[in-house]
Amino acid sequence: MTTSTSYLTATQSPAQPLERSPGYWQSVLKRLLKDKVALGAGCVIAILFFMAIFGPYIVPADPYQASILGRLKAIGSPGFPLGSDELGRDMLSRLIIGSRLSLFIGLTPVMFAFVIGTVIGLLAGYAGGLTNSAIMRTIDVFYAFPSVLLAIALSGALGAGIFNSLISLTIVFIPPIARVAESVTTQVRMRDYVESARATGANAFTIVRVHVLGNVLGPIFVYATSLIAVSMILASGLSFLGLGVKPPEPEWGLMLNTLRTAIYTQPWVAALPGAMIFITSIAFNMLSDSLRAAMDNKR
Amino acid sequence: MSTQPLLQIKGLTKHFPLKKNLFGRGDVVRAVDQIDFDVLPGETLGVVGESGCGKSTTARLLMQLINPTAGEVIFDGALVGGRDLPLKEFRRQVQMVFQDSYASLNPRLTIEDSIAFGPQVHGVSKQESLARAHDLLERVGLAPARFAARYTHELSGGQRQRVNIARALALQPRVVILDEAVSALDKSVEAQVLNLLLDLKDAFNLTYVFISHDLNVVRYISDRVMVMYLGQVVEIGAADALFDNPAHPYTRALLSSIPAMDPEHRTEKAAISGDPPNPINPPSGCRFHTRCPVAQAICAQRAPVLGSPHSAHPVSCLIYEPESGYQAEVKSEVTA
Repeated sequence: MTTSTSYLTATQSPAQPLERSPGYWQSVLKRLLKDKVALGAGCVIAILFFMAIFGPYIVPADPYQASILGRLKAIGSPGFPLGSDELGRDMLSRLIIGSRLSLFIGLTPVMFAFVIGTVIGLLAGYAGGLTNSAIMRTIDVFYAFPSVLLAIALSGALGAGIFNSLISLTIVFIPPIARVAESVTTQVRMRDYVESARATGANAFTIVRVHVLGNVLGPIFVYATSLIAVSMILASGLSFLGLGVKPPEPEWGLMLNTLRTAIYTQPWVAALPGAMIFITSIAFNMLSDSLRAAMDNKR
Repeated sequence: MSTQPLLQIKGLTKHFPLKKNLFGRGDVVRAVDQIDFDVLPGETLGVVGESGCGKSTTARLLMQLINPTAGEVIFDGALVGGRDLPLKEFRRQVQMVFQDSYASLNPRLTIEDSIAFGPQVHGVSKQESLARAHDLLERVGLAPARFAARYTHELSGGQRQRVNIARALALQPRVVILDEAVSALDKSVEAQVLNLLLDLKDAFNLTYVFISHDLNVVRYISDRVMVMYLGQVVEIGAADALFDNPAHPYTRALLSSIPAMDPEHRTEKAAISGDPPNPINPPSGCRFHTRCPVAQAICAQRAPVLGSPHSAHPVSCLIYEPESGYQAEVKSEVTA
């Protein structure tokens, strides 16, 4: 049995340059840039990240510097552009520095859950059958609890602290992401191109890497970005309950908690951390919506 | 026939289990039931039959994309999946083109990457695989400079199916299974792709298994034709012999359903009516007896046996089985 390779003589790479068309992600980016809502949300997120990264260089005052005399100043008071908190610390500075921790504990769990959940979902979706049932039913156990309750229970069990609240939030977000990953993978696995890849004799890992991953990552990513807002709110909630960040560290959820006693004396100042959480989660939500629309174009 | 068959299919069976009911008794769909046939080197074997008769399941079984319930596939004298012929090696030799040209190409890969994927799986370097992909694009009539770096959605149906053919050929297979490969194309494009397939067959010494419901196309391209009914083979014969002198009543009915080109010979009434019976509970005896125009009582009791696949024109019908109990004179009385 001789297999002749003669009929396909490997020619050198073609002389003329290939006509290229923009890749998928390139065209998604192009559509995203045309979307005004996405641009607006993107700008807000960019400003937030700018605040987080360059916070120490742009704060007008020391966010930890308390002052007995300067307690609960109103917005626009001299020296306190956004007022001061119950210990007389500058709100503007604390909000700016607070963005670091708030974004960190909002984004990190989603990132970890995205990686872990995608791997679990891919495994279950591609394997199918009994493996799928075993994995997904286990996931369902976690899914049965409301996410707030689960986060609080896990944080409570692990103990207070930033690291533990990151772990508990990651565990909270793995099941929904794994579910989405599993359902998209199951759909893609049935496509003819996966079938024909199997027909080439490629192993499962290669098929998943080349043919499945690129087609499932988009929808999972969109779903994960929509969880960032939830994560921020949950993280703030944990801090609010004293299970996350500890004082005097500035973090929006914690600030909302400590300022709630001042709701009658300085309602506008007390509302500021809440407003920041609101703006951030809205921006992430809108961006993920636009991303979904930009990626949804039939390709 | 002295030539050794390239593919030998023996007793191939696929039963799809249905959901078990309350009492735990699971029914099965007998999609393919005990089929035997040979594919000779260099020939085009056409496979025809109504939808649901097991054509595509047969293709997938041949390709080892689904595991057979029973039976074996022997390629070039070696059992597929056995020690002499591991699955991966078999897959290099046998490739498949699917019906849906769009769904069978990964939308995230460029065309050259899609074609080069197979060779790379088998250890050909990336550069050489791409060079091979460009060569093949040239061979299927698509200029590499224009198409190689494109994505599937930028191509027409005919162009995409050419890419699929190139992809199947990239592993330099000896057998290509074409599962309704031209059925979804426009008539004019279909003719072009058919001729391309014929050219490629000569150029690369290919053997085709050509599955289609389009009888005219099958007659045009096939050397031999296999007719399937309800998961079984009812007749195999040389294309011309089978189309000119169909032996099995089902084949006759199928052929008379081809619209006549001459209005004088227009078929007045449907040769065969109704849907095929449910493959969960196939009829007893000969599976065709419920719709057969010449069925007798014996047909419901005794299952006909397809002759040896090595014979020239095996037919699975009691009419041709001496001593079967089928009374030929009764039939002639009826017709007289």
